[in-house]
Amino acid sequence: MPKDGIGASSKRREDVRFLTGRGRYTDDINLRGQAHVHFLRSDIAHGRIRSIDTAAAAAMPGVLRIFTAADLAGVGGIPCGWQVTDRFGKPMQEPKHPVLAEGKVRHVGDPIAAVVAETAEQARDAAEAIVVDIEDLPAVLDMRAALAEGAPKVHDDLTGNLCYDWGFVEENREAVNAAFATAHHVTTLDLVNNRLVANPMEPRVAVGDYDFATDHHTLYTTSQNPHVIRLLMGAFVLGIPEHRLRVVAPDVGGGFGSKIYHYAEEAFVTFAAKALRRPVKWTASRSEAFISDAQGRDHVGRIELALDAEGNFLALRTETYANMGAYLSTFAPSIPTWLHGTLMAGNYRTPLIYVNVKAVFTNTVPVDAYRGAGRPEATFQLERVIDKAAREIGMDPVELRRRNFVTEFPYQTPVAVVYDTGDYNATLDRLLQIADREGFEARRLDSAHHGRLRGFGIAHYIEACGIAPSNLVGQLGARAGLYESATVRVNATGSISVFTGSHSHGQGHETTFAQVVADMIGIPAAQVDIVHGDTSNTPMGMGTYGSRSLAVGGSALVKATTKIVNKAKKIAAHLLEAAEADIELKDGKFAVAGTDRSVDWGAVCLAAYVPHNYPLESLEPGLEETAFYDPSNFTYPAGAYACEVEVDPETGKVTICRFVAADDFGNVVNPMIVEGQVHGGLAQGIGQALLENCVYDGNGQLLSGSFMDYAMPRADDLPFYEVDHSCATPCTHNPLGVKGCGEAGAIGSPPAVVNAVVDALQRAGYAHVTHIDMPLTPARVWAAMHAN
Amino acid sequence: MAKVSMKINGQVVTGEVEGRTLLVQFLREGQGLTGTHVGCDTSQCGACVVHVDGQAVKSCTLLALEAEGADVRTIEGMAAPDGTLSPLQQAFQDHHGLQCGFCTPGMVMSAAALLAENPRPTETEVRHYLEGNICRCTGYHNIVKAVLAASGQDVSRFGGIAAE
Repeated sequence: MPKDGIGASSKRREDVRFLTGRGRYTDDINLRGQAHVHFLRSDIAHGRIRSIDTAAAAAMPGVLRIFTAADLAGVGGIPCGWQVTDRFGKPMQEPKHPVLAEGKVRHVGDPIAAVVAETAEQARDAAEAIVVDIEDLPAVLDMRAALAEGAPKVHDDLTGNLCYDWGFVEENREAVNAAFATAHHVTTLDLVNNRLVANPMEPRVAVGDYDFATDHHTLYTTSQNPHVIRLLMGAFVLGIPEHRLRVVAPDVGGGFGSKIYHYAEEAFVTFAAKALRRPVKWTASRSEAFISDAQGRDHVGRIELALDAEGNFLALRTETYANMGAYLSTFAPSIPTWLHGTLMAGNYRTPLIYVNVKAVFTNTVPVDAYRGAGRPEATFQLERVIDKAAREIGMDPVELRRRNFVTEFPYQTPVAVVYDTGDYNATLDRLLQIADREGFEARRLDSAHHGRLRGFGIAHYIEACGIAPSNLVGQLGARAGLYESATVRVNATGSISVFTGSHSHGQGHETTFAQVVADMIGIPAAQVDIVHGDTSNTPMGMGTYGSRSLAVGGSALVKATTKIVNKAKKIAAHLLEAAEADIELKDGKFAVAGTDRSVDWGAVCLAAYVPHNYPLESLEPGLEETAFYDPSNFTYPAGAYACEVEVDPETGKVTICRFVAADDFGNVVNPMIVEGQVHGGLAQGIGQALLENCVYDGNGQLLSGSFMDYAMPRADDLPFYEVDHSCATPCTHNPLGVKGCGEAGAIGSPPAVVNAVVDALQRAGYAHVTHIDMPLTPARVWAAMHAN
Repeated sequence: MAKVSMKINGQVVTGEVEGRTLLVQFLREGQGLTGTHVGCDTSQCGACVVHVDGQAVKSCTLLALEAEGADVRTIEGMAAPDGTLSPLQQAFQDHHGLQCGFCTPGMVMSAAALLAENPRPTETEVRHYLEGNICRCTGYHNIVKAVLAASGQDVSRFGGIAAE
């Protein structure tokens, strides 16, 4: 294995530019003659717009033009990319999502007008001079209240506030109810999955440019998937054909899902650049990000688990209310359904499962995928109810899990998906070994000696990554394919430029994708460069989310590179005057099997481009191949997490003493990067469990609208993590045997933390504390302890 | 508009600014030094940290005019002129202390200020000092490890994989 091939913890090549201030993020792009836009946003959650007076603002210094909805004739609404069918067979209710508010404002932050001026400050100053007369309407915030008879309607033209009422698997509904009616034991848990804000450190930015001489549009934007933005914005919003629209997502400062979606600001700057014949730039402030980036989670509901006398799971039933916010963000409808219901089997053999999800419109910022997306919600429900059930029936929570583990693969779950491979006992054994569960009692006594309550919690997770195949997701309502693409361009002297439809915004593709190609050919990774993020030079691809880059994008890369190697072997056979079947590629050399005759990689590449001695009659010159890869199944990363906490009984403050993760990601290309992905996911999951909460007041005002109010995890909130990925069962259906590692940490950690805190309190005699809703702030923990 | 003059990364520069222009705006928009980032508007995230007269400062909390005559160092001035990374920058790469890179300039500038004050900090001291720099990608594990490694301490007991 070359030192920088598959399996090597190669240094990231991205790092030098980021460490020296030479990254090129969207806000670093400034075009000649650029104007700036400021969006005047609604400061109330729900209201009817009576009038907008822009006269005074238009006369302010530097103002070029002010736009309201009336100025956007011909501009379409922001489209939704997934149509869910409800349990009665009807399509979901799908409201229009205008670029600028039409008639009504529906959440704090809904854009009402756009001021374009010479400078950002002038645009902001002028926006303050716009007079908007809005009739206040009662805001609807609580999801159950939103569905009550006579509740105010977020969208006047829809029937109530219900987007859909989804049942899965609907045919199992009565069988599940029957199993519950006769079960030996039923455990019930009501829980909330708190609303979160993704908060990548780079706020969103969009720069629109228009070249009237060629009628070409360019959008520079902070996106995880520039091709998806080009398709959605070009086809559905602005009516620009793809060959006249280039979307560039340069260095992007994190996404975590929030930069998947097509946003109104992107469409506006593209539209305004043509209207004004000048580049138009928008840079979000953090305050603006809090009220305009799609938010995450926000599920409220009940889960019930039926068990027999031996602790075998008989049936599982959930009822969940999922907040959609005021409009449907790009993939919002799919998150609580296909990315959530399909994971409710977890790692367990539960024969009967019924999931009911009611998606609800409220006067809040739209909700969509955030790291994990549906799978953290499923895992939290399942792993909390199992812990509660274990306590109720007097069984060790570890043993209850083991008793019900899926142990034979492939495994057909009762919720549609088929797990290809896994070994849940192996990850659990490894976890308990690293976490030293045997030694817990001694540590607990030591904590008790210091007046602290120590607890130990575990959680398992399984996720479905690399969502696919396209024909299946099409049946499930996706309005897009979910393949990935790669073009491998070998240059004449043997260096390689790879063009991928994936996008890297922290994941390190420029390093890992090069490792894969270099490994397959046997050349140093330094000979391979990865190009991504520009629709003008990369093949149509679906981008990066759902831990799909290596499993889907990497597979496309392997396919394209395999085509390259096959063609290169033909060239080598010609140069070596040997049969193609006898040519072997090893360490960058093509050799005739069983001989010492060989030709190296560079000579074959040169022959392809200077084809003097070349089989021109049977082979085209050149060495460049493109491949698209559409997976045959999801991948199923799985693992076991352990959290050990101390609770201060005086204050309720929770301190994480240890956090151990044992993950099965299948094969690993760069272990250092994989561990870094897990660390980041854990921090976000622990953040959800202990710190983060997006809170609206009863009028729909966002109370947690800045880093002063929304508790982002900081360095002194978190421990060093202990991370292991040695239990690997390679994916059986993709060429690299990889599963994806980007979301695991955020999925498995919240229930592990909550289980640990409940364990600490139970052991200390607080028998009435069976659950605390996240985030487990000191106030909430203290209140739970003293609730009786 | 008012005239302002300061030394940035060893070079004296002058420019015209409004009274309300922040130092970070002057650096990014006036001087094209886009390595210093803006990640919030409440002086919480630390992406904009630079050194002003040797002190780590959030450049979004300082008016450009307040830096009149100051000696300012930004992330662009941390590596050697030939591009060789400083030991701290190199430790961030060796220990995978960055992912998307957006918080990185501020994180490096804060960590450099810490090591100047306290050449062998403990883990707790590093975490406490970096409390004003938010990173959403790394979970801080490898950042803390990189800073400890840059201070010459053995970090092998903290787990995690370093680059080969």
